[in-house]
Amino acid sequence: MGVDVVVVGAGVVGAACADALSAAGLRVTVLDRGPLAAGTSAAGEGNILVSDKEPGPELALALSSLALWPSLVEDFDIEWDSKGGLVVATGDPTPLERFAAAQREVGVDARWITPVEALEMEPHLTRRVTAAVHYPQDAQVQPVLAAQALLAKVRRRGGVLRPGVAVVGLDARGVHTTEGVIACEHVVNACGPWSGEVSRVLGAPIAIAPRRGMVLVTAPLPPTVHHKVYDADYVGAVASGDADLQTSTVVESTAAGTILIGSSRERVGFDESIRVRVLRELARKAVALFPALADAPVMRAYGGFRPYAPDHLPVIGADPRVPGLWHATGHEGAGIGLAAATGALLAELLTGATPQLDPKPFRVDRPGVLLCA
Amino acid sequence: MRVVVIGGGPAGVAAAEAAVRAGADTVLVDSEPTLGGQFHRGNPQRVDSRVRHLANSTVWAVQGLRLHIRTGPADSPTRTGEAIDADAVVIATGAHDRVVPFPGWDLPGVYTAGAAQALAKGQGIAIGQRVLVSGTGPFLLPVAESLKHVGANVLGICDANTGAGWLRHPRAANPTKIAELLGYAIRLRTSWQPRTAVVAAHGDDKVSAVTVAKLNPDWTIRSQRRVAVDAVCVGHGFTPRLELAVSAGCKLADGFIAVDHTGATSVPGWYAAGEVTGIGGADLAAAEGEVAGTAAAGGPCPATALAKVRSGRRFAAALAAAHPIRPGWQTWLADDTLVCRCEEVTYRALREAIDLDATGTRTFKLTSRVGLGLCQGRMCGRSAVDLATTLAAQRRTFFTPADLQRRPIATPLRLAELASLPEEDL
Repeated sequence: MGVDVVVVGAGVVGAACADALSAAGLRVTVLDRGPLAAGTSAAGEGNILVSDKEPGPELALALSSLALWPSLVEDFDIEWDSKGGLVVATGDPTPLERFAAAQREVGVDARWITPVEALEMEPHLTRRVTAAVHYPQDAQVQPVLAAQALLAKVRRRGGVLRPGVAVVGLDARGVHTTEGVIACEHVVNACGPWSGEVSRVLGAPIAIAPRRGMVLVTAPLPPTVHHKVYDADYVGAVASGDADLQTSTVVESTAAGTILIGSSRERVGFDESIRVRVLRELARKAVALFPALADAPVMRAYGGFRPYAPDHLPVIGADPRVPGLWHATGHEGAGIGLAAATGALLAELLTGATPQLDPKPFRVDRPGVLLCA
Repeated sequence: MRVVVIGGGPAGVAAAEAAVRAGADTVLVDSEPTLGGQFHRGNPQRVDSRVRHLANSTVWAVQGLRLHIRTGPADSPTRTGEAIDADAVVIATGAHDRVVPFPGWDLPGVYTAGAAQALAKGQGIAIGQRVLVSGTGPFLLPVAESLKHVGANVLGICDANTGAGWLRHPRAANPTKIAELLGYAIRLRTSWQPRTAVVAAHGDDKVSAVTVAKLNPDWTIRSQRRVAVDAVCVGHGFTPRLELAVSAGCKLADGFIAVDHTGATSVPGWYAAGEVTGIGGADLAAAEGEVAGTAAAGGPCPATALAKVRSGRRFAAALAAAHPIRPGWQTWLADDTLVCRCEEVTYRALREAIDLDATGTRTFKLTSRVGLGLCQGRMCGRSAVDLATTLAAQRRTFFTPADLQRRPIATPLRLAELASLPEEDL
């Protein structure tokens, strides 16, 4: 039996697309070659951030998403924590000041605070703080619960979830999978860092590649870190395309009392092996930001892959080469935060409704994204 | 040629001696202050003086054939570190107790068989005066005997299987082992209770009584009675320590490191010996260590040891077949029974995670929080995944033994230790 849309990829972005499409009345099937929500969605911190984005299309998507998220998951506990972000500079404060001022102009709540106020908010912070910005809108969720919540809604509406089913091709009959052909009108490629690979299988290659990240987790500690605290150099790393290792400090605690220390960015393909150099850099910068953490035992490290496009913008829209094929990918480390608005935008475009956001910056046929088949 | 052996139990010591005899520059890394492992606890062993023995040392990370090591007491600010580049590595990290959870197993006074044995043999301490030993497998017998030696009144040894069934197994032809086990059986015959188990422990702040059940062959409960005790000792076999093998990329088979007859794993340069390749006792472990240590050093295959390995593995396989963990234990649990003690995750929480389709190791852990605490799933991981697999019988599941053992940081280290690693060690 056919369906209207097959969403490939059951991570948070695929789940948000499936949720929005099924809410619009379409019959949806979600496939994933592995378990549900087990790839990039299960490997991050669950960030819903506006603080790290400069004015532009991605920030617009983030603000829209921030407004949408609560209404999408109101029946579910996804451990939403409006803890707020604190960005601190330890050197020249001018770039941070400029960055925050520009954000304020487009509606971000970015509060310039003094080093003394920063230390009141985070008593264990280094005394070397020269300036800080408080972002009350920044939040955190448990990302696997968030994706599961959206998928549960899809199932409630009669949608079908099929973990363990991989896509092997696409033609006029529909999507070919490892378990037969599914006839459908539309296919959505929401495979995160694996979207590049899947786009080739679907006959319409796009330039999405993996960028590896690692996070350290300490043993549970008494309350030490209260906000999502990061070094002002974070912004530079997110926007950079260098293959070399980059780390910038993000330190925050979880409900369980552990402290998460991120995050690194390296282009090493899908290599999962540990790199001690990366762990050392994360540790160094965390101790520089919070000297009190020096004696905290590191209990584990985990890594994952972020999907990135050459221009570091998400790819959301129709593929011009294959009728009925859509992409929703390329969110890098911001997929949890951007998922809600991504699902809404994709559903609006696919059903022909008027988009709430300008879809042009995210279009598939922008320079650098389409590759030759 | 440098061979690094990790683990100083019977397998590791034999591997290090064999490697040094074969002419390799040999390092033996062991987490304890003295050699011998769990088997020789309280009775320190020696190793050939040509072997460089790193005591109180753990390999916390593996990068190719570079081993990252910390030396010194855990949590001590004085620990030192080094990175050693090996030409070959022998993993002989052994196994720890496996215990299946049951209501009350988290009460003080409930000990694992290994912990009870270590207290008795290492410090001469009995875990209690009125003690029940429960679980399955031949290891319960020496533990019961050790408890008696230090003055405990062992009320009974409950084996959920029929215990001696393996004697009839045609492949279990190892006269020494049979004689050893028969010796225990004769000395302990009055207290032996086949097809029974402690299925619940009771007490307010300490165990004061247990429910002992007669079991069906699948371990579901037939009948039960209450017995007053002041301690319980439980053991359901062993779980191998596999994190270094998984980090190195070694293939697993049936939950152990897959090895060929020389102990070579699927990754060039990496060998394994002892309980990490299958549970078979100290003699087999030592023979495997000798074979693997020699092979790692490029020496000629020792024929006598190899013959011991072959017969020992047949015996071990027969023993394992006679002491399976039957799924009926899962019916002993109540909704509020803790499965993961570190994170206090109940059986109910596992079911709720499965209801959310968390059917891969990572999502199952993140959704239920099982295995995310200090022990990193070493105690509960296996049982949790067994429970999950049953709970998800109607669903597609993606649990793999390797995922459960994926701990790229194999032992904790302080942030300051990580931060101060010298450039040349990276």
